[in-house]
Amino acid sequence: MNTWRSSNASTQNKKMKNNNVIEVENLTKKFGDFTAVNSITFEVKKGEIFGFLGANGAGKTTAIKMLIGISKPTSGKAQVAGFNVFTHPEGLKKNIGYMSQKFALYDDLTVKENITFFGGIYGLSRAKIKEKRSELVEELSLEDIVNELVGSLPLGWKQKISFSVALLHEPKIVFLDEPTGGVDPITRRQFWEMIYKASNSGTTIFVTTHYMDEAEYCDRVSIMVDGKIEALDTPKKLKEHYKADNMNEVFLKLARGPSPALPEGKGANN
Amino acid sequence: MKRFIGFIKKEFYHIFRDTRSLFILFGMPIAQILLFGFAITNEINNVDIAVFDKSNDATTQEIVQKISASNYFSIKQNITNEAEIETVFQKGKVLAVLVFEKDFKKNLTKDNAAKVHVITDATDPNTANSITNYISAIIGSYQKEMNKNSTLEYQIETKSRMVYNPELKSVFMFVPGVMTIILMLVSAMMTSISITREKELGTMEILLVSPLKPFQVIVGKVIPYIFLSIINAVVIVILSLFIFKMPVQGSLFLLALESVLFIITSLSLGILISTVSATQQTAMMISLMGLMLPTILLSGFIFPVSSMPLPLQVISNIIPAKWFILILKGIMLKGVGLAFIWKETLILFGMTLFFIALSVKKYKIRLE
Repeated sequence: MNTWRSSNASTQNKKMKNNNVIEVENLTKKFGDFTAVNSITFEVKKGEIFGFLGANGAGKTTAIKMLIGISKPTSGKAQVAGFNVFTHPEGLKKNIGYMSQKFALYDDLTVKENITFFGGIYGLSRAKIKEKRSELVEELSLEDIVNELVGSLPLGWKQKISFSVALLHEPKIVFLDEPTGGVDPITRRQFWEMIYKASNSGTTIFVTTHYMDEAEYCDRVSIMVDGKIEALDTPKKLKEHYKADNMNEVFLKLARGPSPALPEGKGANN
Repeated sequence: MKRFIGFIKKEFYHIFRDTRSLFILFGMPIAQILLFGFAITNEINNVDIAVFDKSNDATTQEIVQKISASNYFSIKQNITNEAEIETVFQKGKVLAVLVFEKDFKKNLTKDNAAKVHVITDATDPNTANSITNYISAIIGSYQKEMNKNSTLEYQIETKSRMVYNPELKSVFMFVPGVMTIILMLVSAMMTSISITREKELGTMEILLVSPLKPFQVIVGKVIPYIFLSIINAVVIVILSLFIFKMPVQGSLFLLALESVLFIITSLSLGILISTVSATQQTAMMISLMGLMLPTILLSGFIFPVSSMPLPLQVISNIIPAKWFILILKGIMLKGVGLAFIWKETLILFGMTLFFIALSVKKYKIRLE
């Protein structure tokens, strides 16, 4: 705890060395008697696409909320982008991007106004916002809709713009909470291309999803069951370990609870 | 600071692009002030009455004439039998029936006493009361004229003078109340709705993840409403000054300061409401039921606090509107300065601090 609380620069240097942008140790969140997140421990490396899987109610969103500094953990430690999320939330917030399940843009603002607004609250200069905006317009070919109200756009557009907005301030890590809910497979595909692109340019991606085919796109995935991380590895190794053909099977085997046949069958009943 | 300006700009986009909030912000105040000013009135004007004159002599005719000449009443109908009284009331044609006893003039001159019966439709008790008072007053003044020449011994004369609103214009009573309600509505309801909307849409989460501090988010959301509420207060004062000739006896500057204080009180209430409600619907319900009703009923706006039962009088003390109405009446009608309303001002100030402290506490709990 003490080293984590030491000055940001030194901790950041230390983190740079081992290349971890997220380090979580025994992170726990209790709501009364209910333990939503039960002592999870993991690391995420720079530039990695980290899949954070789990059934509904497994504690994914609660865990993410703690990592982005809007929920206080009951116990444990978390270091994100070199900042202790509980003691240095300000530093943390400048260095992370977040896109929620709701693609939260303002429906009654135009695409342009949304970009300007979100750039503004991250303290980007007017020139920088303008530059970023034209970049974005070009990349997503938004020329025709940049002055449309976001509310009139299809979900797929909102999702892509929302992702780009989360990246406006060039964060080290971007947290995506079920970013592809409710959009069609083609748009999902395009969206993952955007994720890869961001990842290639060095941004770490922390993504939760329901879709097991998307889990295959991640560098590493963790699977949460009842507040605990039950498995964490590359999709390939997980499939080997659980003798499954695809991630869906892996997930089902884990999510259905511990089965005596599985060596890893522990935890949920403890 | 630049972040802040961007935030406020965005808030104005929200307001100006939503016709519903535009209507509540600018339509309601004007509609309300005009409605309360013109339509809702305690004054008596051209009330239809009927006369059942059993004696029909010179005196009764003179009295009837005096009444009909008064502008307060117009004689709609002459009734000729007892049974008809019930019928005219039931038909709703008149609000009062004036019954002169038989041989009115004869009894008056012979026995020094004659009876006139005023029957009023008390389905609306206030109006019934006023009608009775007005008619008694007219008959009383007629009697005085009759007695001009004869001197009576031991006569007690009541002289009354109504200060601060000599013409008893009800609009003078309504303006402070309406102003209070509108400022409350705009400040508390609109802010609580606009904050909960961000929660509902999920944008609040995004804002909280951004480098903006929670209090900056809240202040940014509230500032446009402070601004709009001030405009509303100015519009209301101008309307009441020019359309209803409502005076502002005291200092306009003090009036403005006190209004800003009350706006902030209401805003802090709005923030408090938004911390306890998850949806816009809830925020609206709490604002309407929890704020508007008590404000209208218990603030002394329509029903005088002094005639309420004791428990309600006690409750009325925790309603911010009660104190603001006292302040407004003091400044606008009585023309008093801060020396006379410092107590009310201090109470509002204390309430504001309390609401803000409570909101901050609730807000933190929510973030846990």
